[in-house]
Amino acid sequence: MNFAAISTEIFILCLGLFAIVMDLVLPEQESRKSIGGVLIFSLTGWFLYMFTLYNGQLDPMDPAAMAALADRFFYQGLYLVDNYALFFKQMFILATVLTLLFAADYVQSVLRYRGEFYALLMTALLGMCVLASATDFLTMFIGLELMTISFYILTGARMNSKDSSEAAVKYLIIGSVSTAVMLYGISLVYGATGSIQFFEVCRSPHLFFPLGIAGITMVLIGFFFKLSVIPFHMWAPDVYQGAPTPITAMLAMGSKAAGIAAMMRALFVAFPMLGIYWLPMLSVLCAACMIFGNIMAMRQRDVKRMLAYSSIAQAGYMLVGIIAADPAGMKAVMFYATLYVFANAGAFAVLSVVEAQKGSTSYRHMAGLAQSAPVLAAVMTISLLSMAGIPPTAGFAGKLYLFTAVVDQGYLWLAFVGFVMSMISVYYYLLVAKAMYLGAWDGSSLAVSGSTRAAVVLSVLATLLVGVWPEGLAELTNLAASTFLQ
Amino acid sequence: MENFPLLTTVLLAPISAALLLCFVSARAVQSVRVICAAAMTVALVLTVYAFFSYDMSVGGMQFMEDVPWITDLGVHYALGVDGISLPMLLLTELIGLAAVFSSWSIEKRPKEFYILLMILIAGVTGTFIARDLFIFLLCYEVVVIPIYIMVIIWGSTKRVSKEYAGMKLTIYLLMGSAFMLVGVVALYLQAFPPEMRTFDMQALAAAAQAGSFSEEFQIFAFFLLLLGFGSLLSMFPFHSWSPDGYAGAPTAVSMIHAGVLKKIGGYGLIRLGLLVLPLGAKFWAPLIAGLAMINVMYAAYIALAQHDLKYVIGYSSVSHMGYVLLGFAALNVVSVSGAVANMVAHGVMSALFFAMIGYVYERTHLRSVRELRGLAHQMPRVATGFMLAGMASLGLPGLIGFMPEFTIFVGSFSEYPVFAVLAISGIIFTALYTLRMLARILFGPRDSRFDHFEDARGVAMMPLIILGIALVGFGIFPQLLMGMVGSGTEQLLPLLDRIADAPAVLGGIR
Repeated sequence: MNFAAISTEIFILCLGLFAIVMDLVLPEQESRKSIGGVLIFSLTGWFLYMFTLYNGQLDPMDPAAMAALADRFFYQGLYLVDNYALFFKQMFILATVLTLLFAADYVQSVLRYRGEFYALLMTALLGMCVLASATDFLTMFIGLELMTISFYILTGARMNSKDSSEAAVKYLIIGSVSTAVMLYGISLVYGATGSIQFFEVCRSPHLFFPLGIAGITMVLIGFFFKLSVIPFHMWAPDVYQGAPTPITAMLAMGSKAAGIAAMMRALFVAFPMLGIYWLPMLSVLCAACMIFGNIMAMRQRDVKRMLAYSSIAQAGYMLVGIIAADPAGMKAVMFYATLYVFANAGAFAVLSVVEAQKGSTSYRHMAGLAQSAPVLAAVMTISLLSMAGIPPTAGFAGKLYLFTAVVDQGYLWLAFVGFVMSMISVYYYLLVAKAMYLGAWDGSSLAVSGSTRAAVVLSVLATLLVGVWPEGLAELTNLAASTFLQ
Repeated sequence: MENFPLLTTVLLAPISAALLLCFVSARAVQSVRVICAAAMTVALVLTVYAFFSYDMSVGGMQFMEDVPWITDLGVHYALGVDGISLPMLLLTELIGLAAVFSSWSIEKRPKEFYILLMILIAGVTGTFIARDLFIFLLCYEVVVIPIYIMVIIWGSTKRVSKEYAGMKLTIYLLMGSAFMLVGVVALYLQAFPPEMRTFDMQALAAAAQAGSFSEEFQIFAFFLLLLGFGSLLSMFPFHSWSPDGYAGAPTAVSMIHAGVLKKIGGYGLIRLGLLVLPLGAKFWAPLIAGLAMINVMYAAYIALAQHDLKYVIGYSSVSHMGYVLLGFAALNVVSVSGAVANMVAHGVMSALFFAMIGYVYERTHLRSVRELRGLAHQMPRVATGFMLAGMASLGLPGLIGFMPEFTIFVGSFSEYPVFAVLAISGIIFTALYTLRMLARILFGPRDSRFDHFEDARGVAMMPLIILGIALVGFGIFPQLLMGMVGSGTEQLLPLLDRIADAPAVLGGIR
């Protein structure tokens, strides 16, 4: 038992427990911002420490290096900490830190149970980290459930809002159905191959029989629910709109990326031989996401709801990299998921300020933001443009990586769909910009706290930096993708 | 001056001005303007220096800079100018400085306006000096969003609302660029095997020469590029954004958009279409020539029926772009030189037109040919500007417009005699709508309604002076422009020889 391999998970668990204890110890009336502060500092520290954990390229001929490989496994191969897992864990921690930064005021002014918010956010983060490392179906399932159940509760955290409760119930019911489907799929895969370990499943010839194929399909459907891939996307708009804004942000950047991380590992490790089955299905669904996600987003009147549909389209873009099914595609997905974190953090930080102080995030309430809070309006515009892939924001480089990878594998038509739809998406992103810059200003000005300011400035700077100079992130993702499974 | 990063400085001047403006108080309007004017003056002076110190006898890319940028994509921060891009760069900086002066009297949120204007100018500058396709695309797409925001905030609503105009402009250009991006990605992947891939345009051209691109691929990829650059150049049937967009846009945006941004389309067709995909260019040339004819005749015909000054100039610019396309489609050194020179000529005159229209509109809030009359009595200097631009537009010898058009006709006559004759007859239409418009608004009896409006003076004269010097200077000394362009297009000679017998669409109609 090599507990050093799961140090990150242990650390996060301790933080979650700490949040619960602090909540009990602090007097009832006192602000819970201090918990958030502690979490931000410890997670940032751990985030920086994780840079030291990356391993270089391994030489397969060197027996000493191969022996060291065993240290990266935990519990007899159920759990693997490779560069890929490290990268995704860092991304989740980054997303959580940015969310905590801008959530402090929101939590204080909108939510009733504040300490629990922090504790549950940590368990959700723990679930995501487990997903990134899982190399067997059961561990993966545990991670998925830990994450999703935490989100069920967090979604309903706005106790006095009907929307929030409706969203929580809807998410719970649809989420449970998808869980059931996935679990059934796992049981079928187990029935066909006699194992739940990825490495053993992939060696089994029985996967090619109908039982195995049915199992794979159901496991994939389970993932599609989590990623809100069309046609399994119905829950996303209502949940995104109803959930407290910081949670919507975590759903968009964390939950989605965690689903992608686990799905890539399952597809590339457990089912690589069956590419001929899942590749065509995936490419059709991916095109459907890019087309319909973007088209449905056009008619929305609420920014959070619009972002829900846009996140469906974004899931489509990320699937493009999976369809490439090579290190270049994998690298592109990781690159894109990271810059999507920055873009979402910026956009949702703005929305949480607007929602907390104006009560709604409809386009009407965004009007005049350019005058009431010029920094927020600029941040929102830049973040949305990054999602659309307009330079000099990071989205442009990200999309270029994704589509060069997939065109290299011969899917030129996907690049057509992707580029055309992302240009169309500029239309509805600009509608938000129009509301902010042209809408009538009621003369008020929004109060923006220091921590929110830090979150938006950090995320926008990162978006612009990666857009103009992607080299640093590209190298890290290259390393993570090329040493996948080492 | 050997190691001085001249082009980087030209690029960074507007960017640093934009960054600096973020820290200037919004109330310090005069410092905002002065900072922008200073930055653009620096850029213009350096560009003029580059223009005159460029060694035409050597030719090729000069003032080169190269820094590795993104290693795994093979992107280099590579800058350089040759005889084709240097005139375009000069045009950008001329119009950029003129645009700063034309926006001097903007009172609504001037700081934001100037920040966006600087980003816009930096983006256009970058496209012309980039030797790397990635940097080119980056700079090209950067300009779209500032334009949208500038149109919806500072634009004007007349026949179409400014929101509509802005969105139409944006969506047209972005859709065009979506197809172009697919073409570029295909080009990039096809040129070299993995690990050796690069976005360097010269390397891509070398790969084309080495035979990396099959003929079918070139035809396919060139078509995608044509969709992108064609819609930017307002090629029929992708032209309709142009008049609406110019009408809705504020003066400075109209100037830059009609003056230089549009020219990125023609520049891209030559730099990327012709140099990298010569067989594709040859294949589609007859189609381009046909569409060019429609541009020239149809747009000029519509311009006849317009009353809004901005629409007249908008359609006139679509019509002039027809000449550029015709020069490109004829695919010989003379005609391509004419096309490049005509882009410069049209840039200067349309910017001057829009600057003058902007000045008149700002004072009188009128833009209609029906309502404006006799302005030469009250505003003799503005009238001079109008006359200069108008005469250049219809190709009066001695002004900038004559030589380029003449060169295009000479060059394209051998290739497409029918089209060339039709295009020459298009000048009659141009003369008709230009002279009619000028006669109505400038001359005739004095109208007392306009008596209390001042003529341009001081800063408002600057656009007229800057653009007027270029207009007359290049008109009297056409060799300054044509020599430079010629040294750039000379490099096309072996390339054009090679594709002389390549197949073309429609059997290469004449």
